Parts: sequence; structure tokens; C-alpha cells
Amino acid sequence: MFRLENITKVYSRRGVELTAIRTERLHIVAGSYVAIVGPSGSGKTTLLSMLGGMLSPTEGHVLMDDVSLYDLPIASRARIRQERIGFVFQTFNLIPYLTAQENVQVPLCLCGTPAADQKAKAAALLERVGLAERMHHKPSELSIGQQQRVALARTLANAPSVILADEPTGNLDPDSRGVVLDFFDELHRDGCTIVMVTHDAVAADRAQTWLRLEDGTILAATRTKAA
Amino acid sequence: MTLRTIVWKEIWQRPSAVVTCVLAILLGVAALVAIRHITVFSEHEVGRQLQSLGANILVLPQGASLQDYYSADQNGLTLPEERATQIMLAGLSGVERLSPRLCVPIRLEGKALTLVGILPQSEFAAKGAWETVTLFQKKAHVGCKKASCAPNPEDMRPEALATQRTVEQLGDRDAIVGADVAHQLWLKPGVAVELFDETFNVVAVLPPTGTVDDSRVFAHLHTVQRLAKTGEVVSAIEVMGCCEDAAGQLVPQLSQLLPDSRVVTISQVVQTQVGVNRLMARTSVLVVGVLVLVGGISVASAISSNVRERRREIGTLMALGATPRFISGLFLLKATWLGLAGGLGGCALGLVLAMVLGPQWAGVSVSPLLGTIAVAAVVALAVTLVAAYWPARNASQLDPCTCFQEV
Repeated sequence: MFRLENITKVYSRRGVELTAIRTERLHIVAGSYVAIVGPSGSGKTTLLSMLGGMLSPTEGHVLMDDVSLYDLPIASRARIRQERIGFVFQTFNLIPYLTAQENVQVPLCLCGTPAADQKAKAAALLERVGLAERMHHKPSELSIGQQQRVALARTLANAPSVILADEPTGNLDPDSRGVVLDFFDELHRDGCTIVMVTHDAVAADRAQTWLRLEDGTILAATRTKAA
Repeated sequence: MTLRTIVWKEIWQRPSAVVTCVLAILLGVAALVAIRHITVFSEHEVGRQLQSLGANILVLPQGASLQDYYSADQNGLTLPEERATQIMLAGLSGVERLSPRLCVPIRLEGKALTLVGILPQSEFAAKGAWETVTLFQKKAHVGCKKASCAPNPEDMRPEALATQRTVEQLGDRDAIVGADVAHQLWLKPGVAVELFDETFNVVAVLPPTGTVDDSRVFAHLHTVQRLAKTGEVVSAIEVMGCCEDAAGQLVPQLSQLLPDSRVVTISQVVQTQVGVNRLMARTSVLVVGVLVLVGGISVASAISSNVRERRREIGTLMALGATPRFISGLFLLKATWLGLAGGLGGCALGLVLAMVLGPQWAGVSVSPLLGTIAVAAVVALAVTLVAAYWPARNASQLDPCTCFQEV
């Protein structure tokens, strides 16, 4: 699914160059469930952004199914995110002035899905995450756990083959965390590739593979378990 | 859901954030539309006055001020009535008619009005002195095809006063009332009206003219002189020339004939108005400049601030697959709606202001000028879009990783 070749990402801040990430080779196979762990500032989110086609490396190539992401124009990368990648954020990033149903409709709208289909699909997804009764509520009218479930429904709207999750359980109570992780397990069983940045040992424990980052360097897979 | 839905819902989420921006555009457009309407209709009015009164000359007392042709006789000063006789006896070529007038203030049923004494044309012929000396003979202006010494059949009706500025016949107890006076006091031909404790018969109601004549009552000059105890004086003598050329030649002749009077033509009277119109035309150009500057800065500032506030939302939309074109579309569409709201609202407000203030400030009635309204709306929209272009472009080039970084 993903191959990273001779990747370096250097940030320049006030004339000082900082290497956020450096790795010669990394391969994430399709259908795998990977947890990226490591201390804060180790480059986890940088890696996730590069996998999502949102942050170009200073050097090297990021290949998705043998296509070099950053050799594609911006619009083509956006199209890949629309069709194949789903993001889950720590703070959910729901659009505050849209209802739960409208938030789930956003990826469908970006794909050009007709309005009637958008509504029907969003309603079905919200029902799947147990929020059929909260469809017309705005994010501020939902609990934290409910907001993350709306965000999950939004992630699933375009049936992505890859889910890139940035601390998906970081703000959740144990019950909500369980719901989210159960969803990830279900998606993984359905063949979805999941790459999750996390500090949460319980969440990381669900993954097949742990990649540990320290000072921008990917250490060898520190753990691999059977699916 | 579409791009439009997202923009619409975002605007209604915080309407106060766009009010200042819309207000800046709205006020600029309103000022532009109002000034332009008043200027255009004022220019039309000047043109109309020049066309209809171009051959007219006013003989006024020295020291009389001039603001408006129609109210020039209302200056409080007088000159002897015999000046009219002098003009007649001089036999100047191109003089078609004379209309000496005396204005006195009166109250009629509690309303302050102006009573104007006028001398009917029939009485000039009846003046013994003129007949005996036979010096008064109307002389046609040489080469002028408009010259007409014979009275027009239309001039015989008292209503002709509104357009011809004279009447052929008017009895001692006859009164002619302006359109507004008739409307306010329920007067119509045949009814009696009390002036200076004497009863007058209303013989005609003038059609509306849009001038001070609408709020005047006209009676025989000598009756007004007697009732107001002014003696044989007049406020002004209107000299109707046969054409503008004749008027031009008459002015120096009249000035020489009546050295203690002020002789002016209609073009001199409207000169001030023409100057005001030029000033307003220049002001409207200035207003366009201010609209471009203030409106543009306001829109650019509002959209830039909106982009800053929504960085994480923009990053999230990009993560979900929004293209740079979609992101810039969010802000350009918003700017379009703000421009349309400000532009159309400004056009409506400007038009109302022009219709209300036009008659009061410039003495002109204003009706909508579709071309001006369209240009103002297009200018507002163009300014808004140009001002929003850079912030929208910046938004489309934002680092999508802000959806992670601002956690």
C-alpha cells in the first residue's frame, strides 16, 4: 500500500533547521493495522501527513500503490484523499455550523455526489454509528463521544481503503474509546488499512504492528502480532 | 449539500461578522446612486428650463438675489410698475409679451401662501397711454421664425399661465390657484375664496408644474396692489422674447433702458445650478473612489480575518479531499453574496434617498435610472471580488496540516 523511500523532512524555523523525520525505507502493506508510537515531537504526525499526501518530504518519495504521491499535481492528490483515504482527528474537526448529517455529507459533496444520495448515505452512516437521533444536531449539541462517532461516520462516507488516524482516542472516555476502537477492528476485518498515531497503550494494543519513532527516526517494528 | 450551502450556513452562523463589511459597501453604493440620480435629474431640469424659458428675461430690482427662476420674484424688493410701460414704449424688437408681477405673503385657512398679482395681456392693449401715442407696436425679431405677435388660441385659457407665464384675461375678482394649493384647500373652479377679507372667484386650477407656482394664488395685479397697499409697484417683470437670440440682444438694451434694475436671462439664473451639478458629478467620482477604497479594504479585511479564523476548517476540508479551487470558491462565493447584498441594498437605499431628498435639496423629482443602478451594482460586485481574491487565494494555499497542528 505505502512505501517510503529515502524520506527526509526538514523544517526550518528562524534559520534553524530541524529534521522532523528521516527513514531509508518503510513499507506498510495493504490491509495492515499499524500503530505509530513515540514521544511527543518525534515526527508521528509529520509521517501521517506525508502518508495522506498533505506534506511533501524534503527528499525522497512516498508511494501509494506504486504511484509517487508528490509527483502528482495538488488536485490529483486531493482526488486520492477524496476517494481512498479517510482521516480521523484527535479533536474530530467537525465543522461547527453544520449539523451531524451535513458534516457527514461533506466528503460526499466534495466527490460530487447528488444531494439526495448524500443525505441518504449520511443518514445510513449515522445510524450505523448509533446517532440516528442526533442527525440534525450541531457539534456543540453533541457529547465528545458522539462527536467522534460523527467524525467516524464522515471518515467512512466515501468508503476509504486507508484510514489515517491522529490520536483518535486522545480526548475520549473509556466507553467512547472502546466504540471507536471496535469500529477500527471492524474496518480492519473488512480489509481496510489503518495507520494510527497514538499515545494510548490500549489503542496501540489493538494494532498488528507498532512503529516506534524517536527523534524522527523510525525504529524497526517493535511489535508484530497476528491478525 | 453544495458549496453554496456551506457558504450560506457559515454566513448565518455569525451574521454580525459580515454586517460591517456589507454596511461599508451599502453606504458607498447608496451615496453614489443618490448623488448620481439627483445630478442627472437636476441636469434634466436645467435643460428643460433652458428649453422652455430660454427666451425669457427677468427684470428685477437691484439687489435681488437669484436662486431659482420661478421664485426670483419673491425677493421682498420692488420696482415701479411704470418700468413695464417703459419697456413697452421702447418698442424693442423680439419682445413677445410682458408679465409684471407682485408677490405678497398671505395666510389662507391657516396656511402661509404667496399671492401673486399678474397683469392680463388684454390690459396692455387697453392702456390709453400706449394706444394714444401708438408707439407700442410689437416688433418681430428680424429673421426669427418663432416670432408671433398674435396671441395663440391656447394662451386664452387661464390654465396657460402654468406654461406661458401669462394669461389673456383676468377679472378684478378672479383668482387662479396652483395645483398644491387647490389640493390642500379643496379648491376648484367656481368656488369662492377669501383673500384680504374680499371674496374672489376661482376661475382655474393650474396643472402641477413642480415649481413654486404650485403653491401660489394668482389674482389681478392692480387688485393685489390695492389690497396689499403697496402702491404701483411690482416684484419683477418677466419679458418673453421670441427666441434665445432675441433674448441675448434684449439684455443689453433693457439694461441700458432700465439702469436702476437688474436684467438677467434664464441661463444666468441656472448657472448656479449648473455649477452645483458639476460639483455633484465630481463628488460622485470621489464617492466611487471612496467606495473602491473603503469597501475594498473592508471586504479584504473581513475575508482575511475569516480565512485566519477558519484555518483548521480549511485544513480539515483539504484532508477530506477539497481542492484549492473549492477552498478559494468558499471565500469568493461569500464575497459575491456580500457584494450583491451591499450593492443591491445600497442601490435601494440610494434611490429612496434621492427620491426623498431630490425634491427638497435640488427641487427635482427623481425616478429610477436603471443604467446607474446596474453600474453601481456591478462596481460593488467587482470591487468585492477583487478585494476577496488575494485572501481567497491564500486560503487555497494554506498548509493542510493545520488540521493536525492546531490540535
